[in-house]
Amino acid sequence: MDFKLTEEQQMMRNMVRDFAENEIAPTAAERDEKEEFSRASFDKMGELGLAGIPFPEEYGGAGSDYISYAIAVEELSRVDGSTGVLLSAHISLGANPIYKFGTEEQKQKFLRPMAEGKKLGAFGLTEPSAGSDAGGTRTTAVLQGDHYVLNGSKVFITNAKEAEIYVVFASTDRSKKHKGISAFIVEKGTPGFSFGKKEHKLGIRSSATYELVFENCKLPRENLLGKEGEGFKIAMATLDGGRIGIAAQALGIAQGAYEAALNYARTRVQFDQPISTFQAISFKLADMATEIEAARLLVFQAAFMADQHEPGYGKYSAMAKMYASDVAMKATTEAVQIFGGYGYTREYPVERMMRDAKITQIYEGTNEIQRVVIGSYILK
Amino acid sequence: MNIVVCVKQTFDTEAKIVLDANGQISSQGVNLIMNPYDEYAVEEALRIKEKQGSGEVIVVGMGGGPKSQDALRQALAMGADRAILLTDAAFEGSDEYAAANALAKAISGVQYDLILAGWRAIDDGSAQVASRLAEILGIPQVTVVTRLELAGGKATAYREIDGGVEVVEVSLPAVITVQKGINEPRYPSLQGIMKARKKELKQLSAQDLGIDTNLVGKSGARVQPRKFYLPPAKAGAKIVPGEAPEAAARLAQLLRSEAKVV
Repeated sequence: MDFKLTEEQQMMRNMVRDFAENEIAPTAAERDEKEEFSRASFDKMGELGLAGIPFPEEYGGAGSDYISYAIAVEELSRVDGSTGVLLSAHISLGANPIYKFGTEEQKQKFLRPMAEGKKLGAFGLTEPSAGSDAGGTRTTAVLQGDHYVLNGSKVFITNAKEAEIYVVFASTDRSKKHKGISAFIVEKGTPGFSFGKKEHKLGIRSSATYELVFENCKLPRENLLGKEGEGFKIAMATLDGGRIGIAAQALGIAQGAYEAALNYARTRVQFDQPISTFQAISFKLADMATEIEAARLLVFQAAFMADQHEPGYGKYSAMAKMYASDVAMKATTEAVQIFGGYGYTREYPVERMMRDAKITQIYEGTNEIQRVVIGSYILK
Repeated sequence: MNIVVCVKQTFDTEAKIVLDANGQISSQGVNLIMNPYDEYAVEEALRIKEKQGSGEVIVVGMGGGPKSQDALRQALAMGADRAILLTDAAFEGSDEYAAANALAKAISGVQYDLILAGWRAIDDGSAQVASRLAEILGIPQVTVVTRLELAGGKATAYREIDGGVEVVEVSLPAVITVQKGINEPRYPSLQGIMKARKKELKQLSAQDLGIDTNLVGKSGARVQPRKFYLPPAKAGAKIVPGEAPEAAARLAQLLRSEAKVV
């Protein structure tokens, strides 16, 4: 057993950290305030090879691995959770299902520009009445000659409106419930495909979140991803991988809050001494450090298993997502507490981190659903 | 055009300097980085190569220990073609003169048209090694350069001087040391990082170089550090309160009686 990163993984962490601190961190607070998505950030990540980290070079990727992907999302999220989820949703939710289930033509046409960072990806599964219960999908796709015609809507879609390529789930046979769901690749600009209202959120405010609307949206038949009826399977497999991204995002947010709190505790003087010398504060920091380290090990384990194509890795990605997001919520809340009144203001980044952390307990499967997933593995 | 870039690995700019039990500077737990001025040199070399569409960028460094390759690997990840690491116990304790001897010997074994380096390293800040290297190799040098143009076997270098810019033309090969402002170094891309592993990183000992060991390391050094000590901790600042005229008078008094500097 070896707990060391490889030389490449370490170099990549240094590179993403430099990039995040120099190019992302300086505007994070302002973008949060203005709810402003940054396409330029994604373009720069594309130039650095980050848009296609785990995909082979033949599809425009960097030919790296899931551990590197987790490291990149962690480092971005350490300074800005919104930028972390931008990359996570693009890679795990937008590009990965096409890589895993797409035909060679689909990979060349859609995956390649995504992996190269020229096109941004998104994923449309959730509906107003189909959240945790994805089997309740009401969006429909009807085959008419050479085309599928989509009708319905999707909500809370990360990267929506900004992304060029969407993996969207619709029912091709409602009588079969989740076995009647199919996956489709939809390009922005397709007639009948539009964007509904923008969500104004508690956190990750510079991540774009919109509704997707399909009104007699005609898709070429070759945009079906996998076979008819495989959509639910594709969605679940995609989310297994996506959870590593969210776990890494949560980890990064927690790490950022911990470091900010540690620095503050060392310099903030009360009763003539730095508050870090008080056990009440040092114990908080000790708990944060320990829990973050434990979360990191779970994230790396899940990513490692995904790299090894271990069939049971879904259990570990669910554990990593659930644990890391709970750690993020706790660590950011404690960080605000250590900062005291200042932590509650927008002068310091920890209140933003606390707001950003909350969503990691909710999206890509609530932590309650993660327990259902973990339970189904261990009680099999 | 073949370009050699001298790269030094230094402490992270945020590293806290501490002395070990033997009074030496401790590198334990310190993050090591490529000397930031050398990053400009690597970037400049890559830009020249990309503009000319041919040639080779060779990075050369010195050092020992498991982390000594990191700065060179980073240069390879940025796009340099190959690296040479001078590593030998015989090189330890080199001063600027001894380091320049070793580098000159290694570089004379390479076919080069231009040698670039940072104008100084951020650790000891001596700004000597590249200049000494040029002297030993017997080629021209221009230091602290913020703009570099190459044409017809000549380099036109713009260097910072007090209150202005001096433009110097030299024939190649030459040593040019670069200053912040010459360019904005790129981040190594992930593809670059993946490729760096497959690039050549040649390790050379004193014997490989065929250099007289009396010219390098402690025995070659002409400067022997006697003792390292940390600057005294800053005493708390004193604020002289009150209106400006009275405060100034009080300050002058304190400078005389307390600080004893006037």
